[in-house]
Formats: sequence, C-alpha cells, structure tokens
Amino acid sequence: MSALPPYATTGQRIWHYGFRVICGLIFFFLIFPILIIIPLSFNAQDFFTFTPEMLALKAEGYSLKHYEDFFTNSDWQQAMTNSIRIAPVATILSVGFGTLAAIGLSQTHVPFRRAIMAILISPMIVPLIISAAGMYFFYSRIGLQGTYWGVVLAHAALGIPFVIITVTATLVGFDKSLTRAAANLGAGPVRTFFKIQMPLILPGVISGGLFAFITSFDEVVVVLFVGSAGQKTLPWQMFTGLREQISPTILAVATLLVAISVALLTTLELLRRRSERLRGMSPG
Amino acid sequence: MSLDSSADDFVVFDHVQKSYDGEVLVVKDLNLNIAKGEFVTMLGPSGSGKTTCLMMLAGFEVATHGDIRLGGKSINNIPPHKRGIGMVFQNYALFPHMTVGENLAFPLEVRGMNKSEREAKVKRALEMVQMGDFAGRRPAQLSGGQQQRIALARALVFDAELVLMDEPLGALDKQLREHMQYEIKHIHDNLGITVVYVTHDQSEALTMSDRVAVFNDGVIKQLAPPDDLYERPENAFVAQFIGENNKLLGTITGREGDIVSVDVEGGMTSKALAVNCGGVGEKTMLSIRPERVTLNSDGPNGTEALVKELIYLGDHIRCRMTVSGHDDFIVKVPNAAGHQHLVVGERTKVSWQTEDCRALDA
Repeated sequence: MSALPPYATTGQRIWHYGFRVICGLIFFFLIFPILIIIPLSFNAQDFFTFTPEMLALKAEGYSLKHYEDFFTNSDWQQAMTNSIRIAPVATILSVGFGTLAAIGLSQTHVPFRRAIMAILISPMIVPLIISAAGMYFFYSRIGLQGTYWGVVLAHAALGIPFVIITVTATLVGFDKSLTRAAANLGAGPVRTFFKIQMPLILPGVISGGLFAFITSFDEVVVVLFVGSAGQKTLPWQMFTGLREQISPTILAVATLLVAISVALLTTLELLRRRSERLRGMSPG
Repeated sequence: MSLDSSADDFVVFDHVQKSYDGEVLVVKDLNLNIAKGEFVTMLGPSGSGKTTCLMMLAGFEVATHGDIRLGGKSINNIPPHKRGIGMVFQNYALFPHMTVGENLAFPLEVRGMNKSEREAKVKRALEMVQMGDFAGRRPAQLSGGQQQRIALARALVFDAELVLMDEPLGALDKQLREHMQYEIKHIHDNLGITVVYVTHDQSEALTMSDRVAVFNDGVIKQLAPPDDLYERPENAFVAQFIGENNKLLGTITGREGDIVSVDVEGGMTSKALAVNCGGVGEKTMLSIRPERVTLNSDGPNGTEALVKELIYLGDHIRCRMTVSGHDDFIVKVPNAAGHQHLVVGERTKVSWQTEDCRALDA
C-alpha cells in the first residue's frame, strides 16, 4: 500500500480512501454468506438462526451434534462415499483428456483449432441445465443414465474445459525449443513428453485437475439428471435436505466442504508459485 | 583439403529447396559440401535462409526438394532424434527443471549408458568448458555465458561428429562473445568435430570458420575461406555485406585480358580487375576496400577527393569523402607517427592499385 504523495489533491485523497471502502464492501459481499454458516453449523438447536445463547457466547448454545449427525447418519455417509467414488475418477479422466487436448490444440498446424477449442470449452459456457438435459436424453439412449459411469463421464465432460484452459495457459510459456533440444539429444516423442514437457506443464495440469475435482465434488444439477438414487452425491443430499427437512446438518456439511475447498485452493496457490519459479528459470 | 572428392563430403546439400507455403522458396537450389572436421559458417542477413538450412540438417524442417546426406547416407527420412547430430540452440534450450549434470546426462541416458560411464562423460564434458564445479546447479542459477558453455557441453557430451550452432553467442556481451569464439574454435580443433555454425555477425564468421557460406535470399552468394571472402568478393552483395566497401558505379569502356577500363559516374576513369562484370558498354560496380586506398600517392588510378567528415577511432581515423560524385567514399588513415592530418573541406588526392579495385555486377 503506497502512501499518498504530499501533492495529492482533495479529490485524490477522497478516492484513495473511498477505493479501500469499496474493496472492503466487495469482500464482505463475497465472503460473509460463507462465513456466517460456520458459527451456525455449531448451533445446539435444530434451527437455521442464531439463538440468544449463541449471541451471548454461552457454551451451552454451541454443540457438535450436527457434525455427529453427519458422520453417523447413513444417508449422509452414503452420499459422502458416492462423492468420493465419483470425483477422483472424473478428475483423472478430465486431466487425461484435457491435457492431451490442450497439447494438441497448441500445435499450430492443427486445422480449425479455435472452433475445436470452443466446442471443448462449451460445457463451461452453456447453461448447466441445458447440458444436463442433453446428457440425460443422450445417456438414456445408450444405457448410461442412472449408472456410476454415466455420472463420472458427465462430470469429466464438465471438468475438461478447466484442464484445457489451465494447461493451454501453461503451454503458452513453454519454450518449444526444449522439445527440439530433447529430440536433438536423441529422445523420442514419448520420452520427450514425459521427461521434458510434462514436468514443466505439471503446475497447469494439477491446478486444472483441482478445478475439475471441485466441479465434480460441488455439482448438483447434472447428477440430478444423469444419476439415480445409487449415485446420490453430497450436494444432491444437501439439496434434498434443504427441500425436505431443514436440518443444520447441511450447514455442518457446507462448513466441511468450505474447508476442503480452502485446502485445495491453498495447494493451488502453492503450485502457482512453484510454476512461477520454474518460469523464471527458463532461460532467454 | 580436396573439396571435390566425394570421400570428403561428410555433409552434402544436393539441390535442396525449401518452401513453407508452397509458393515462395526460402531456400533456392542449395548445393553445399562440407568435409569432415571442417568449420563452416552460414552467414547472411535475417531471412536469407541460413537458419532454415540448419533446421533441415537437424531434422526440424523437411526439405521440399532435394537430398541432404550425412556421411554418404540420405537423412531425409530419418527423424531428428535418430540423427545423432549435436546442436547448440540460440536460447540455449537447457531444461530448466534439471540440474546442469542432469541436462548433460540426458542424451547419455537416452542412449542407455550406465551410471558410472555417464558420470565420467559428464565430468569430462564439463571440464572441457571449464564448468567442472557447476554440475549441481540449475540453469537459472547461471549467467548467460555459463549457460552457453553448458549448452555447448551438452551438444558435445554424446560424441556427435557433427555439431550445429544456431547463433549461439548472440545473447552475450561483446567481450564474452569474443572470448567464446576462441574457445569454440579451440574445442573444434581439439576434438576434430565438424561444425556448422549460423550467424549474422560477419566478424564472428571470419574469426572462426574454415569456410564461410554467404547467404542472401535463399542462395549461397559465395562460399570461400574468410580471407578470400574479404579480399576477393565475387559479387556486389558479398563485397557490400562483408566488411566496409567503397562502391563506384560506372560503365565498362574497354577490356584487356583480366583488366577492364571503367568510366565512373562523375567523371573519373579507373582500371579494375574484371571479376564478375559484363562486356564493353555494360554497367559495373567497382569495389575498393577502404584500407587499400592511399592518400596523395600517385598510383595507377587516382583522382581528387573532397574531405566531408572525419571520425576519430583511436587506432585509425575514418575519413568520409566525395570521390567522383560518390559522397560515401571511406578512407582509413592509420593513426601512425607522422600521419597526414586532414581537415574537413580540404581537397586531397586518393589512389589505388588496379588489382585492389574489383569490377563486380552492378
């Protein structure tokens, strides 16, 4: 934060402080709804509101009973298991296909690169409900609707655009003469890919993978269409919980999901720094 | 070194053409034979096709037409990773995620060499470029000159007989560049490798090469040892591109054997060595090196000159003057004891020997 220079005019002074107030308000708008669920999830009552005991900060106003409910209730545990079975597999598929697509589309000789890229990115842009309905009809025809692999494939399709975008961004900074140097030193295309290109674009691959994972882990619309009761994921369970019995267990789950997201994003930031360091290392 | 005998044709470009778009030829009918152990430089302005030729030799570009042979075998259908040619890239292309030692071990690993043998070779290659203590560093921790040495060591470590260098010294400062020129030259002499070197820096080409191929517009304008190139340019492009050149345009008026008489535009006449000119009545460009022009002496070809500008350069004084209507005529006056002190606006005499004046294509 730079201090105001001595020659600043009154208008500049007002803007200097006003700008900070606006930034603060934007942060509040974005973060507050998420933060407010954290204390509420420790509510000793089965309400979505702050009780007088909680506001008075008395210990009896708080409890871990909603967390206990989450970890003991078989519905929630089943949903958790399903999410954990679906998200990593969908992520692996997204990362594999997305990385290959990004590398292919970064070759200048590929025809219609922009058009192909636009199609691959479209799941991110098209309203989710349209993708979901489309997948529902398509997957019903080929017998994937209501199956585990149906949900995995649907989530992989949603995750691929994230991987393509992050890997493409990393490839922009990738020095093509490195692959030439590897070939010149005698390495075939496969070895060059795994020994030279992959380690250098890995930060992009991993951050794309994290986005794909979070997409699958938080996704509710597509799974409602493509999945059946057997593939009920955490977000789906939260959604039904909201409609049927408004239980603060949802808040406990939400808090846990926020914690997971924060952990993942921290990893992302660390990777980004590592990637920046690697970029700084490439000569020329 | 007999360059015509096929035994010495280690690298051969045989009627090679290259076009990127199917219309414009970047390289037009290139023929070049390089003997084993030779240091050949491809010199030319940017866009002249020299780098394209190097890339075709390395296998990163495919010749549109013609044949490239290495050691007698056509390499058109051999992919780059099976050619076994070493290369130093313009930006060094060191792998940033590997240490210097790992960078050098990479080509040896690919060739399935065992660990102890690898280590010995890496050590020897690093010592050759005086970087023995740097095996554990990463490229980012090295200066440009050190990275350049590592790139050189990596191109040599797997015992390639042919090493290509694509403007390897372009990013270094002048002093380091000159130092590295000698070092590369010494390594070339010691190892007996064949080097094909690309540069746009003519002093680099003259210092290092056995022969220089001057490229322009996709063709080799002249292929000759450095002294021939400078002292006996065969055409106007080479005369102008290599070193400093005084050009006088004129018309041929007579010919006696190798000597032509030329009426220079602006009034003077001069005799010149007929190198690459037409018959009587045709236009020609006379080329005279600035250091071959003498002041005030009465050589066979002389005229009056008007001093326009003097630039002090320490060891010599660069004098621009008007000679026969050409006002970019340069004479170098050595800063020797008792040298002639010219003054701007002064009239003086200049002259040159007939054999130092070459009649070239206009």
